Amino acid sequence: MSASLVHTQSWIQFDVSGLAEQFWNNTVDGLAQGGIYALIALGYTLVYGVLKLINFAHSEVFVVGAFATWITFYLLGFRSGATPDLSVIEIIGFLAIACIAAMAVSGATAVALERVAYRPLRNRNAPRLVFLITAIGASFAIQQTLKLIFGLNQQPQIRLLQPEPLFKIFGAQVTNIHVILFVAAVLLWFIADYFVNKTRLGRGIRAVAQDPDTATLMGVNKERVIIVTFLVGGLLAGAAAMFYMMRIPQGAIYNGGFLLGIKAFTAAVLGGIGNLRGALLGGFILGLVENYGQSLFGGEWKDIVAFVVLVIVLMFRPTGILGESLGKARV
Amino acid sequence: MLAAAAALAMSACAARDEGGSSGENTASAAAPSQAANAANPAGDGKAVCSGVSLAYAGTINGASAALGQNILRGADLAVKQHNQANPNCQVTLKQFDTEGKPDKAPGIVTQVINTPDIIGVIGLPFSGESKAAGNLFNQAGLVTISPSATNPALADNGWKTFFRGMGNDAVQGPAAAKFLTGTLKANKVCVIEDDSDYGVGLASQVTQALGAKASCTDKVKTGQTDFSAVVNKISTESPDAVFYAGYYPEAGPFAQQLNDKGVTAKFVGPDGVKDAEFVKGAGSGANNAYFTCPCVPEDAFKDFTAAFKQTEGADPGTYSPEGYDVTTILLKGIDSGIKDRAALLNFVKTYNGQGLTKKFQWNDKGELSDTPVWSYRVENGKIVNNGQIS
Repeated sequence: MSASLVHTQSWIQFDVSGLAEQFWNNTVDGLAQGGIYALIALGYTLVYGVLKLINFAHSEVFVVGAFATWITFYLLGFRSGATPDLSVIEIIGFLAIACIAAMAVSGATAVALERVAYRPLRNRNAPRLVFLITAIGASFAIQQTLKLIFGLNQQPQIRLLQPEPLFKIFGAQVTNIHVILFVAAVLLWFIADYFVNKTRLGRGIRAVAQDPDTATLMGVNKERVIIVTFLVGGLLAGAAAMFYMMRIPQGAIYNGGFLLGIKAFTAAVLGGIGNLRGALLGGFILGLVENYGQSLFGGEWKDIVAFVVLVIVLMFRPTGILGESLGKARV
Repeated sequence: MLAAAAALAMSACAARDEGGSSGENTASAAAPSQAANAANPAGDGKAVCSGVSLAYAGTINGASAALGQNILRGADLAVKQHNQANPNCQVTLKQFDTEGKPDKAPGIVTQVINTPDIIGVIGLPFSGESKAAGNLFNQAGLVTISPSATNPALADNGWKTFFRGMGNDAVQGPAAAKFLTGTLKANKVCVIEDDSDYGVGLASQVTQALGAKASCTDKVKTGQTDFSAVVNKISTESPDAVFYAGYYPEAGPFAQQLNDKGVTAKFVGPDGVKDAEFVKGAGSGANNAYFTCPCVPEDAFKDFTAAFKQTEGADPGTYSPEGYDVTTILLKGIDSGIKDRAALLNFVKTYNGQGLTKKFQWNDKGELSDTPVWSYRVENGKIVNNGQIS
């Protein structure tokens, strides 16, 4: 218990007993945070799979959803302060409204982004690097717009669902929020996976990812597929934002997407960018590794651990753990 | 509004209660009242000057912006009062946004230095940026008075132009330790620091002063929102209090996540956390929160508070009175006929006078001798005065 006592001034620690002691607590929290990473990572992965474009503005698509969630709560009459006393049905109802609003706003932002920023470039056959720079520019533009409208500080936290301990796993307390986040991540991933692999539109997405020219010859409407891809990514980011705000109610801040976006992108690369299962796996692994790393090495190593793991994985599997696969033929 | 007035009224009749009953007294502790001889930016109204400016350099739109804006508004009020009273001496307050970032400050400071009519600077508010840019001011001979940079090492650089308007963390750290172990009766304290120069410096002061009672430590990063690993660690340590050395944007979610985890330890934050934005961010986590601050409560500065609200359209916050005080000192220099940087630097060096918050007289390192530290707590969603601790 007092193992950490001696580490006051050292730049790194190896608190093995701390790691063991907090292992299951960190696992539970890591999976919840990893679920958020996974949901954002799905958006990066889908767009990359189809366009081979790293859509750096996706983090802002997410943060717009966080603001939409906050505004919905606000318009529903909730204010900062203690969590209000609501019945289960009310909570589910209000959260569903917020979720739909966040998904709608994020989805619309993603589609608008595609229309305004990327389509004109595609029509002029711009080189891939130009897309990347445009993505970064779009990210700044949205971020600064949010800053102008909402100011610099976090929006005052509004929370509808108080974390309540439900049960324990190996001594680690699991709250309702943990369960909801984990289930939501897996469920939304499953829906996205089903959509891409089993539906007609999904087949179009995979066809364009594999070979855009041939897909066009076969009668796939490439522009429509691209719009749908951005829309799906945006919808998932909106849902992710709503669930993120359940866990971190202070999430509505203009630059709140930056670090999360980088982490989610890391998760996508870790699992294999362009691969939906990879995004889910990468998200969970990243969430877990960050927490374990913090316990072992100290809190300041949070981000470093995440990126070192990425580097190590890419050294041995350059295409990520599960490889790039959206465009590949799959059994 | 009404609550603030009531709190003010109560504080006026409450007996001075220095840290009795572990801070759970219901009324605010007594705040110092406005000294009759406090320097007034208006002066005698006969000052003559032209073409001189002061500058505020610090965060305006960047990180932890609320802290910078408190100071900027205090400085702005002093300059406006001065200019209104002195028709023949119109001083401009120029604003420079460093965003509070050490990597951005040197460039901005160079701009300040290259503006010839600026002869005195209010800033820089944060320790990290002060460390990065302090030598530029020193080389240019441009006097700076920081109303909030508390890192003790800043005064050890031999900068002749560095002054600060409050006690440093070598004062705040031990005072905070005394508050933790004395007033809050904590025997086990977890000291958590962020990655800023300010947080790291203050945490080491507090840890040192706490000695063996600082039973656990950890570090977080600026911009972090998910504190689960640190919270899990604190939860297994079950301390009596958590001291967070950092700024309010991270302290808000951190305090809430501690509270969610069922950690009942008192949450104590320093001046960087003491802002209304913290209360908004922490939700129910703020109910358990205390602050230490080398800033003097503005409760009883009634004229100041009224003028502030009227001119700035906002309530004064942490370090607003200090920002007002140090600006007043620079304005006094200008009113005495000073037109250049060297003379104003000399004026500040030899200044000796009462301000709103304290007596201002600096030693050769730019430190004050009169350095009160106060404690605050959250009550009904507002930060109220909890008594002087040192």
